[in-house]
Amino acid sequence: MTQEHKHRDDLSGVDTTGHEWDGIRELNNPLPKWWLYTFYACILVAAVYWVLWPTWPYIHDGVWTHTNGVLSYVQRDTVRQELAAVAAGRQQTLDQITKTPIENVASNSQLMEVALAGGKAAFGDNCAPCHGSNAAGSKGFANLNDDDWLWGGSLKEIQQTITHGIRWEADDETHQNQMPRFLKDGMLPRDQVNDVVEYVLSFSGREDDKAAATRGAAVFAANCVTCHGADGKGNKDLGAPNLTDAIWLYGGDKNTILETVSNGRGGVMPAWNSRLSEGTIKELALYVHSLGGGK
Amino acid sequence: MTELSLEGLAARAAQEASHPHGVAGEIITPVNSSKNRPMYASRVKVYPKLVHGFFRKMKWIVMAVTLGIYYLTPWLRWHRGPGLPDQAVLLDFAHSRFYFFFIEIWPEEIYYITGLLILAAIGLFLVTSVAGRVWCGYTCPQTVWTDLFIHVERWIEGDRSARIRLDREGWSVRKLFLKVSKHIVWLLIALATGGAWVFYFADAPALADQLWHLDAPVIAWGAIAAFTASTYLLGGIAREQVCIYMCPWPRIQGAMFDEESLLVSYKADRGELRGPHKKGTSWEGRGDCIDCGQCVVACPMGIDIRDGMQLECIQCALCIDACNDIMDRIERPRGLIGYDTLSNPDRRRAGLKQRFRIARPRTLVYAAAMLLVGGIMLYALTHRQTLELNVLPDRNPLFVTLSDGSIRNGYTLKIQNKELTGHNYRVSIVGLDGARLIRAVPDEADPSMVLVGADTLRAVKYFIALPPDKLSQVKDGEAAFSIRVTRLDDGTITETETGFRGPQ
Ligand code: SF4
Ligand code: SF4
Repeated sequence: MTQEHKHRDDLSGVDTTGHEWDGIRELNNPLPKWWLYTFYACILVAAVYWVLWPTWPYIHDGVWTHTNGVLSYVQRDTVRQELAAVAAGRQQTLDQITKTPIENVASNSQLMEVALAGGKAAFGDNCAPCHGSNAAGSKGFANLNDDDWLWGGSLKEIQQTITHGIRWEADDETHQNQMPRFLKDGMLPRDQVNDVVEYVLSFSGREDDKAAATRGAAVFAANCVTCHGADGKGNKDLGAPNLTDAIWLYGGDKNTILETVSNGRGGVMPAWNSRLSEGTIKELALYVHSLGGGK
Repeated sequence: MTELSLEGLAARAAQEASHPHGVAGEIITPVNSSKNRPMYASRVKVYPKLVHGFFRKMKWIVMAVTLGIYYLTPWLRWHRGPGLPDQAVLLDFAHSRFYFFFIEIWPEEIYYITGLLILAAIGLFLVTSVAGRVWCGYTCPQTVWTDLFIHVERWIEGDRSARIRLDREGWSVRKLFLKVSKHIVWLLIALATGGAWVFYFADAPALADQLWHLDAPVIAWGAIAAFTASTYLLGGIAREQVCIYMCPWPRIQGAMFDEESLLVSYKADRGELRGPHKKGTSWEGRGDCIDCGQCVVACPMGIDIRDGMQLECIQCALCIDACNDIMDRIERPRGLIGYDTLSNPDRRRAGLKQRFRIARPRTLVYAAAMLLVGGIMLYALTHRQTLELNVLPDRNPLFVTLSDGSIRNGYTLKIQNKELTGHNYRVSIVGLDGARLIRAVPDEADPSMVLVGADTLRAVKYFIALPPDKLSQVKDGEAAFSIRVTRLDDGTITETETGFRGPQ
């Protein structure tokens, strides 16, 4: 600032910056000493920081990288180590779950807490695409909240189903058995298919044609009882659903049942033992069992 | 500006003229009086002189009591039962509880603290409207610690004139020794202050042991460091500047005074005209103030009480002691400076009797408000619910159809037992005919029974199933009903309303 611009404030006796805005002037007070020294100290700290820690970015072989500093401390390494430590800690519990028979895990509240949390996470990653995030399923994909289980709803049975899958060719122990295509494969003529459907509807008192239903009873006895049982209550060893209850995997209306009898059904579930560890499968079984329908 | 410089002050202090009355007179400048304090001046140090008298004694007592409470409270024990802390006053952040003797507060009951703060605020208003800045002058931590720090300074460097002389003279071994000792003692006091603070947040004996073995949590060290630094800076270095520039209270308290509040005041009607007085001469035609300046040198804020009521005055009453001492020596009645009201000087001048009225509309309103808030809090505390139930219905899926056609809903029950002993509770359904209660994880012999330990919250998952013939209760997809929790031993009941979802 040139000399002629110098202006001194009368009240404070301090020079102003020389500018004036609508009669307001700014005092040109010196910086407070403590502030100035703190500022210098910060500059000093920054310089030390450059030397010790990763700071300056630069391009090396066309890739962005940075100076590492003499301490060669990298925050990402710390994260990696911490994650590894967490994983190791989890592995310990998972090993314990793997070793313990599934019923005993269920009765051990400490393991159970971990298993349910792990099962929930694994369910979201692996099972939700078909069964839904809430495990409520959809047409052809079983609702796992209810008490109706095609292949059994005990902990062991659920574990077995997850491990080996359903109609999963690559697995020798997979659940086999299939609903035949009675009409399509010419096993039953069209009118008998119609009669047997009326008979199936009569289990829940919904038949339209009493005479047809009576005729269907004979067709049912000849073709269906092996799997579904004389009373229509199904057989979980064969994956045959209960035809008398309120739950239908594909739908319980007349047209859908007609379609099922005519064209058969054969939904597939993967055998998860090729993708998930035994411990994770156990956690999944415990989680699914805990949804309210487990036997 | 020379009057404000150190040399100027020293010169004045040196002028301790042998006063005709035998009173060591000083002509000094009240450095912080607003007429002497330009907008842009840097701080001029205040050198308060030690006084003796009633108010000084009061301040010693208040200092001992407040510091005693602060340092000793965390060490008081209060037995609560197994598994619970036995510290009388404890802010347990880890378990989110606040313990205060027989009171225990959960996080959702923080409104008790709000009530306490309201009570404290109204109390402050009441005291202020009755007797001015009693809080500032006697009990505010800033005042108490500053007073302690000034006393340490006086003990090491000597009283006012000795300190002024010491600051004026060049550096010597003696000066270095005195200054360093003072700062060390200050830092030790500050450290003890910070050290005591952390004991309110953890079991004191255990934490003391950890601190001693240098394995206390980082947060404890951090808190101690922060409090040591702030105590040292505020009490030792910043001192009166905190009250003058940083604290909002001096700006607010003006609204609590009125014409009849008792304030530390110089009775100008009696003191003026002021001026030196020779022993044996007449007091006719002049006031009682001999302009000796003792009230100014005693003032820790660096102001002159004779300028009238001012924001900088914390009303510590030390100038009262200083002046009373002078009045005794010159054989005039005490109380030239004293607790007085704003209206009394006019009354006295008008020949009326001076008046002190504590019960006034303003104070009565404050007192009534205090009683009201206190009563509400007392009621809330004595009627505090020790059993609480929260119900969280499953949202995904809303409901599940079971094989027999029943509809099932899932609920997470959160049962809070705020008693210091564990209790058994029975869960039941109210207002949903035919509903079946199913425990998701049947970990107790009777699935409708829940044992909740002392002072804990337990979450239990339940399913409720409604058979097909009872589904007519579910209208438009929802039926309202309640879940009830009954404490077995004394029948205490709590109910929470919730909904049962079904197909539309
Ligand atoms: S008010 Fe009292 S202490 Fe102050 S100058 Fe006057 S006589 Fe001295
Ligand atoms: S003027 Fe008197 S009461 Fe006010 S701060 Fe100073 S010594 Fe204390």
